[in-house]
Amino acid sequence: MADVSLRKVIKRYDDVEAVRGIDLDISDHEFIVLVGPSGCGKSTTLRMIAGLEDITDGDIMIGGDVVNDVPPKDRDIAMVFQNYALYPHMTVAENMSFGLRLKHYPKAEIKARVTEAARLLDITDLIDRKPKQLSGGQRQRVAMGRAIVRNPKVFLFDEPLSNLDAKLRVQMRIEIKKVHQKVRTTTVYVTHDQVEAMTLADRVVVMNKGCIEQIGTPNELYHKPATRFVAGFIGSPAMNFIPCRLEDVGGTLQIRLTDRIAFPLPPARAARYKTLPRTEKLLLGLRPEHLTESHAHLAPGVETFETVLDVTEPMGMETLVYFGLDGTPVCGRVDPNAGAKDGAPMRLAMDLNNMHLLNEASGVVL
Amino acid sequence: MADVVVERGRVARAAGARRGSSLRNALGRKSTVAFFLTLPLILLIALLVLYPAFYSVHLATLNKSMTKFVGFGNFTFLFKRETFWMVVQQSCIFAITAVIFKALIGFIVAHFVHNIPAKGQRKWRGMLLVPWVIPPAMSTLAWLWLFDPSYSAFNYTLSFFGVGPIPWLGDTFWARFSVILVNIWYGAPFFMIMYLAALKSVPDQLYEAAAIDGANWWQRIWYVTLPMMRNIIAITTLFSLIVTFANFDIVRILTSGGPLDTTHLFATWAFQVGIQSSDIPLGACVSLFMVPILAVAAIFILRDVNKRGNEA
Repeated sequence: MADVSLRKVIKRYDDVEAVRGIDLDISDHEFIVLVGPSGCGKSTTLRMIAGLEDITDGDIMIGGDVVNDVPPKDRDIAMVFQNYALYPHMTVAENMSFGLRLKHYPKAEIKARVTEAARLLDITDLIDRKPKQLSGGQRQRVAMGRAIVRNPKVFLFDEPLSNLDAKLRVQMRIEIKKVHQKVRTTTVYVTHDQVEAMTLADRVVVMNKGCIEQIGTPNELYHKPATRFVAGFIGSPAMNFIPCRLEDVGGTLQIRLTDRIAFPLPPARAARYKTLPRTEKLLLGLRPEHLTESHAHLAPGVETFETVLDVTEPMGMETLVYFGLDGTPVCGRVDPNAGAKDGAPMRLAMDLNNMHLLNEASGVVL
Repeated sequence: MADVVVERGRVARAAGARRGSSLRNALGRKSTVAFFLTLPLILLIALLVLYPAFYSVHLATLNKSMTKFVGFGNFTFLFKRETFWMVVQQSCIFAITAVIFKALIGFIVAHFVHNIPAKGQRKWRGMLLVPWVIPPAMSTLAWLWLFDPSYSAFNYTLSFFGVGPIPWLGDTFWARFSVILVNIWYGAPFFMIMYLAALKSVPDQLYEAAAIDGANWWQRIWYVTLPMMRNIIAITTLFSLIVTFANFDIVRILTSGGPLDTTHLFATWAFQVGIQSSDIPLGACVSLFMVPILAVAAIFILRDVNKRGNEA
């Protein structure tokens, strides 16, 4: 087990820069998830840690040693691939023990390790089967078993659940978390699914266009996003961004969303935003759960307004409501019994205590 | 799928019995339709393959003037001839040596071509296929000139190193060497292209997984590439073994079986006995001997192909 560090790591393909000088420190035992849209450089970063891609510039350190020029086999890492990459001609046991056999471990130890890993992953009955005879989920377990038996310094996961159906994905997600709780090996996990990122990670690294947008715990990213990209990427349904501006009315700072709708800011928020230029083009960032049905007793900082719903989506435990504010589509989450109907007017409450204010041009959360 | 067809067939039959119109039902059955659709091809194969095969069996049982049935007479006659056993031996040496080297060279070259960047790969692939696409009767003529004892390019080049002149086609060892060499030159590109296709079908991630598992270059070939190519290797080898064993043109042009019949293969000897010496039944008899030998090879090589099937 070891910590992993990336220092100003750059990856360039001809004239395309896939990874643009990222810095990242992953401590021992930590479960780090790299998340971002397609082409953001997350898989390339993982493959550079694995040694499957050369790095153009910078340093990668595993356990304190610079491994830039160390081949994958000498980095003491194990990787789980998206399509499992099991050797089709070998049985499950042979697949899992392949790395140990190459290193000439004693037969008894190989057997013990494979048996233990198989028990951990609940695949003891499958040990003599070929990959062809396994389901997707079982193959994924074998791929994880192959990584576990090696007892490496670092586990690398490259979108391991993408090929599974939705139900199995949830199940395997829990399995992976359980396994990590037991073996505690430093793990770097790549996914484009923000739910996977939030549920698995100790810390999430959000990447975009080859750069790191933000690093933080799942809660930090959700509640204190640093940029519009992170705010929009994390959370489902995504955060609403409503064009707005600040104005002073009778000594109080208020936020104007449309010609009709303007609310005074709660005192804490007003103090925070009072120095902002009033002419600046801003965006109000508000998560759907902070746009709910109106109640008789409203907490301070919660303001109500009347709107006409375009579409409602009953989800069972909640109903998503969609409406427009001066042409900007907005999503809210209301109680299923609140009487939300397609095309019907509804009074909604906006919790400004949980608002975010963003600079429209730079996308930075203010 | 097959089960479904059978089930439908049964249903159709039962219904047919009820209605008493079995012919119409038989025609409506999927298997019957399939049979009729493939009938033209079956007839073509029967005409071009089965008829000549059985005709040659028939010929092999006749006497030289093809007027009398002699049973196994031709076969027992052959067994007593030393030349026959030499042809058996030479055919085996020729086919096995040539196929081994063709496979080996094809595998190595395929690897090199596979590792060339995609841009230049087409060019190399095309160039390396040239020996295989030139009609062997023509390319072997060029080799005949290269092997010429007095003014050949080979002996001329070797003379600078104080070697030679080598009797390429005049000495038994060198004549056997030469015909095998030309056959390898002609056949290796076929192996190369088949292995290249097989190499391209091995997922890159398997190599990456093996690299992370600690496999070096050689271990990756041994534990990943070769097992993944097993079926292609088996089928290509069998196919090439049959074609090489039945080779005619290279030996015919280079040595005509000489010196002293030592480079004869079944096909060239059958031609000499049957056509040139006008003993067609004996020639048919010689060529029929290839069947049991190749059948044994086919059984050995294809034994596991079905079992392994598509493991991926």
